[in-house]
Amino acid sequence: MSTKPFLEVKNLNVAFPTEDGLVQASNDISFTVARGETLAVVGESGSGKSVTSLAVMGLHDRKRTQITGQAFLNLDSGPVDVISANEDVVRKLRGKAMSMIFQDPMSALHPYYSIGNQLIEAWELYNVGSKEDGKKRAIEMLDLVGIPGADKRVDEFPHQFSGGMRQRVMIAMALINNPSLLIADEPTTALDVTVQSQILQLIREMQKEFNMALILITHDLGVVAEVADRVNVMYAGKIVESGGAEDIYYRPNHPYAIGLLNSIPKIGELDSRRLVAIPGQPPSLINLPQGCSFRERCSFSDRVANNLCSTTAPSLDEKTTDHFARCHLSEAELVKARKEIGGN
Amino acid sequence: MTQPLLKIEGLQKYFKTTTGGAFSKVKGTVKAVDGIDLEIYPGQTVGLVGESGCGKTTAGRTILKLYEPTGGKITFEGRDITNISAKEMKPLRSQIQMIFQDPFASLNPRQTVGSLIGAAFDIQGIKPEGGVEAEVQRLMARVGLNPEHINRYPHEFSGGQRQRIGVARAIALKPKLIVADEPVSALDVSIQAQVVNLLEDLQDEFNMAYIFVAHDLSVVQHISDRVIVMYLGKVMEEADKVDLFTHPRHPYTKALLSAVPVADPIKGRKRERIILQGDLPSPVNPPPGCVFNTRCWKATDKCRTEIPQLLQIGTNHRIACHHPED
Repeated sequence: MSTKPFLEVKNLNVAFPTEDGLVQASNDISFTVARGETLAVVGESGSGKSVTSLAVMGLHDRKRTQITGQAFLNLDSGPVDVISANEDVVRKLRGKAMSMIFQDPMSALHPYYSIGNQLIEAWELYNVGSKEDGKKRAIEMLDLVGIPGADKRVDEFPHQFSGGMRQRVMIAMALINNPSLLIADEPTTALDVTVQSQILQLIREMQKEFNMALILITHDLGVVAEVADRVNVMYAGKIVESGGAEDIYYRPNHPYAIGLLNSIPKIGELDSRRLVAIPGQPPSLINLPQGCSFRERCSFSDRVANNLCSTTAPSLDEKTTDHFARCHLSEAELVKARKEIGGN
Repeated sequence: MTQPLLKIEGLQKYFKTTTGGAFSKVKGTVKAVDGIDLEIYPGQTVGLVGESGCGKTTAGRTILKLYEPTGGKITFEGRDITNISAKEMKPLRSQIQMIFQDPFASLNPRQTVGSLIGAAFDIQGIKPEGGVEAEVQRLMARVGLNPEHINRYPHEFSGGQRQRIGVARAIALKPKLIVADEPVSALDVSIQAQVVNLLEDLQDEFNMAYIFVAHDLSVVQHISDRVIVMYLGKVMEEADKVDLFTHPRHPYTKALLSAVPVADPIKGRKRERIILQGDLPSPVNPPPGCVFNTRCWKATDKCRTEIPQLLQIGTNHRIACHHPED
């Protein structure tokens, strides 16, 4: 990338104080996304993938959340740190500079207002014009996202749309002000598989059309493989591995990523050999143990000298060019681990 | 293999839709399951796949007679159980069990694990050797739970552990058949493999048959011997696993398989993909002729008027299509 990436997140921490203690949901997160680039964030529930992007969007309740670190949007007018910026400033960036689509298109749309009115409302935030202008733009957008008969359907209500169509509406709404950054949080999880492939294709087309920086949050490793340029793998609030999609899939450098990739059955593998499961379950985010958070589920921690995995949390190091992992294992041990788990 | 454990012929389950309110009138019928055939032998797994609204869950529940079938015939170990009463069905319940999708909704939050799993023995009036508690603890250990946790409540367990409780409860009476309805789809990816492996191990140990209902084709491919693909209440294709996944003959199966994202960046982006247009039609008002005709790229006038029959096209391979793929 010749220019500066559009989004630069630096040492972001998000924590929620609760009765039981402080939940460290997002822990020292740093990454960048450029325009035209797709970053996939993968992880299980509670790994901090949504929490991080909600912080970027400024959607956490500031009174109940402890957020530290920085997240710069490099706008034409200069960089803005959305974490330290005034709430009014962030509000004016939301929907315009950055936009988000959510998992459940039914609860994200208001059932009492027509699709058109909801789109016009989003348009009016940043545009001056009559209601007719807004409606014209709404129809244009619905047409763009592939809703047949957009000029008629614009007056219909969310319940008259199917799940896939509603997600198209959400995409139209998110893009109506031409944002530079789109965060898609599990955009296809609630959809059937044949509809999922339509929506993924649409998101890809829209990204090209608007030259957006795209963050795709998902737990589905298949979806990631199909769309991502770069991948962040998250575990217990931290990025445990980060790199280009091919690096992550063919040369994973963290035992969690290695395990995850080998635990899913793949279409076309018909030999039905036993799945390689990752034992145990993710730790609680309250009072995370000292050392590596994945230690208790890792089959390789005994190969690290001096009990390092239980005493020292590993840092996110560059293992090979532009490929980072948070693991104490040496490169040679990682290659061995890959062979042992995956047989490749 | 002589006699199938379970045989289903032309099973139908229709639901009436009503206008609602005090003077509710019948408005129409939803043919949730409209004629499925199935044979399953001990130790075998039959996968039932399809997208939402295809009737796979209803089929599973009708087989268990949790719903009264509208038509067709269910034979269990040679005995016709289609129209037997709930009372007559009760002793058979120990033979046919179910595992549910949502491990949060399917366990009573006020009951301890011990009483949840032990209930099976009380209901059937069975006294296991060594007492119920010892047997429950043995079952807990078998499914990978700590037997010391017998007095805990469901909320003290994670999703994966709760699903293990559901599995322990289902296998308590050593059933011959388990209908598992999306048993892993509510679980995190790293936990899914644990539960799939557990189900496979238990099958080997007890020679149980599974009817595995799921929308996730890769899991179905992994666990099944035979697969039935459903669409809007009808069977589109039925074949042995290898046949179905390597050589699908129904356009819908082909499209469905090609829509599954592949966890391989190079292969995944290179492969040929069929993207179906439109959404699934409403099961309240299915299209005439072949139910898939509105989204099929091969549809002709014949498809729009004439319902294709499920016909044999190869060894153990049946499809319902006027224009099968080569």
